[in-house]
Amino acid sequence: MFWQKLIARIGTTAVTLIGVAVIVFVVIRVVPGNPVAMMLPPGATEADVARLTALYGLDKSIPAQFLIWVQGVLQGDFGTSITTRQPVLDLVLGRLPATLELSIMALVMAVIIGGIAALTGTRLRGTKAEGAIDVANGMALSVPDFLWGLALILLFGVLVPVFHISGRVTPSLDLPFTTGFYLFESLFRLRFDLWADIVSHMLMPALALAIPLAAIIGQLLKQSLKETMHLDYVTLSRTKGYGENHVITREALPNAILPTLTLVGVQFTFLIGGTVIVERLFSYEGLGNMAIDAVINRDLPLIQGIVILFAVIFTAVNLVVDLLYTVLNPRLRHG
Amino acid sequence: MKLNRRSLLKLSAAGAALSLTGLPAFAAIDELVIAYNVNLPSWDPTVGPSAVNPTIQGIYQSVFDQYILQQPDLSPAPGLLTEWGWNDDRTQVWMTVREGVKWHDGSDFTAEDVAWSLARVANPDTGSPIQFVWGTLKNHRVEGNKVIADVAQFDPTIFKWMYFLTGYVLPKAYYEKVGAEGFEAAPVGTGPYMVEKFERNAYVRLKANEAYWGGAPEFKTVTIKFVTDSAARVAEVESGNAHVTLEMPYEEYDRLKNGPLAGVATPVSDIGMIFLNDIDVMLDPNVRKAAALAIDKQTIIDRLLSGYGVAIDTLQTPEYEAYDASIKVGYDPEKAKELLAASGYSPENPVKFKIQTTKGFKPKDYEMVQAIVGLWRKVGIEAEIEVYEIAKHYELRAADQLAPAAFYNWGNSVGDPTTSTGFAMFGPSPHSVWDGADLIEKIAPLWGEADEAKRIAGWKEVDRYIAENALVIPLLQYVQPILHAPGVKVVPHASGALLPHLMTRG
Repeated sequence: MFWQKLIARIGTTAVTLIGVAVIVFVVIRVVPGNPVAMMLPPGATEADVARLTALYGLDKSIPAQFLIWVQGVLQGDFGTSITTRQPVLDLVLGRLPATLELSIMALVMAVIIGGIAALTGTRLRGTKAEGAIDVANGMALSVPDFLWGLALILLFGVLVPVFHISGRVTPSLDLPFTTGFYLFESLFRLRFDLWADIVSHMLMPALALAIPLAAIIGQLLKQSLKETMHLDYVTLSRTKGYGENHVITREALPNAILPTLTLVGVQFTFLIGGTVIVERLFSYEGLGNMAIDAVINRDLPLIQGIVILFAVIFTAVNLVVDLLYTVLNPRLRHG
Repeated sequence: MKLNRRSLLKLSAAGAALSLTGLPAFAAIDELVIAYNVNLPSWDPTVGPSAVNPTIQGIYQSVFDQYILQQPDLSPAPGLLTEWGWNDDRTQVWMTVREGVKWHDGSDFTAEDVAWSLARVANPDTGSPIQFVWGTLKNHRVEGNKVIADVAQFDPTIFKWMYFLTGYVLPKAYYEKVGAEGFEAAPVGTGPYMVEKFERNAYVRLKANEAYWGGAPEFKTVTIKFVTDSAARVAEVESGNAHVTLEMPYEEYDRLKNGPLAGVATPVSDIGMIFLNDIDVMLDPNVRKAAALAIDKQTIIDRLLSGYGVAIDTLQTPEYEAYDASIKVGYDPEKAKELLAASGYSPENPVKFKIQTTKGFKPKDYEMVQAIVGLWRKVGIEAEIEVYEIAKHYELRAADQLAPAAFYNWGNSVGDPTTSTGFAMFGPSPHSVWDGADLIEKIAPLWGEADEAKRIAGWKEVDRYIAENALVIPLLQYVQPILHAPGVKVVPHASGALLPHLMTRG
């Protein structure tokens, strides 16, 4: 049963990706903005326009261009970036680790902050402290991530300059890394000096991404805990003499966490989407930053590559969350 | 964890430890850090979209040399070419190549490199966006330390392009050995700096070329961080993370330049203008002239740009060769009303058209257009604003489908009238907007005019004709704000290129 569901889900994921590829390919070619028009200086002639249009394969019909692109993709060739003149696959895979590390760090921060807020709010329910946590949650939720980023830059970049404002690592450092996962590889190599430098660069963008998500997690988990705390089995554990902390963390939390887990999965995909603006703000060398440049320059092959990769990540995360939910929820696990 | 004094101290210690991981300070500047406003997509300065992006030419000029050096006031000076010119009947060009220059990889720079570089960008197959200029020369050949080429089509500006977009010399032997991909990975030039490390979308770290023919740069290591957000750039320099940055809001510039930072703001070769399309109501000269006369440029500059801008009346700035201070289009709203009245329009019965503009692409672009629309309303012009992306502007302009009025900016770092009035106003060019036959007739003979004085005088006459007939509305010359640490002396370049080799300790 489980495997049937898994295969069916992978099938629908593949169809989704094909749909995304078609839509993206067509949309970016019909929206205004022609890469050749952007690169030609004013003195160029019609012949120059025609020459460069043909050079970049844009003189063919959209279906013909799509077929050529698909043929390339099936052979692992996503085309060549117009602006960087590098293979698209190399570019996006080269930037993917930076974005994944940032997203994972933001997710971990959001879970920790949101979890602590929910547990503390539940423990202190009915007190002024709960009200303060609710107000803080509301504030965190009402400000978008890029504005948090600006506030953090002002606070920890200018007023109390303890963290780096831009980039992923200090340029003067020699990096011994063989993968793009600098944060993890520095730990693996026991290079704590590099790790501290990388964290110092990542903290602000990760926190900017984490704050709104932490508020969502905090609110939902607290609400779930509140409902669970009124269930009979929780009352029973209280009558058995367990303390409130034990009741919340050991009895109520395991059941209350399931809706939050689903939400975290869904929100994680939004968080990755949020990296586009936040990476730009912090000049973080990830996929999002590259995506904005690609759009500005109408670098069609690069836009396609990035969107497809984002789509793969989104569908993969949703797939993993669904499977995890199935595994953790006994009612689903047993069919 | 309980939040008590001890835990707070621990957190502070952790913060302090993180802060010691490499944040630079203003005290002693060993390594110059520049927060740059755009990313560098590609290292080849001669092909692809990056090659014609004016905002990254400063980085290219740090690593590569142009054929001819351009000085901060835009005037040419001997560079890799020490002398240049045409033969008497203008059928050939000749260039004398500097001797004793080395490429960054240690090999000798030769006349072969110059001939190959010129031939390469003249070849349509390379994807050179300026092939229409370089293709006017053919049969490039080397004679000793001279390069000779035949003139396929006489272009009086050909040597000016040698210090303009794509006018860079690349190493023949190295490029042929490593190919385009290898060159991207490890670019080699003859410029004042060598590329030590490059992370796309992040930074480039440059090392001084001690053997540079123009003298070794003062800062031995320069890191250019690509910080595209202006708030983050200001924060970088305000916090001491960077020593120099550029292109920030003028309010921020004013706030910081007399505080912990120093600043320099000078006019650059970039102008704001309104294209008028020869369609609909713009075919009525009274409407065009009224639109031009109703704009109080100086007030707009003072109020919206904090005074940072130079009002202009033609597409030439005072630094350009064909600048003529006697051509004036004043602010005269009463005259504007008269002209409109002659065509049957008034504030109660306004003439209506659309004006397109970008929003945030240039400083206060949208706000300027809003102010202009407000001024127009007072004299009897009702303009509807449409915001578009710059990419859409290019596409619409190429298809000659711009609205009757469209705000745009125009760079011309060589200062020649051909690359300002010429390309912007010559009808047959796919990028011009006004296509009137009268103007085409006036401009056409100037393209191939060999007598330089006559050529410049001709362009001045064209500019006068354009101003008198309001075929375009020039607004202002932009001023580029640069903030820097007090320990750095920055020499601004009128082209807008921020050049680290011109920076010294000061």
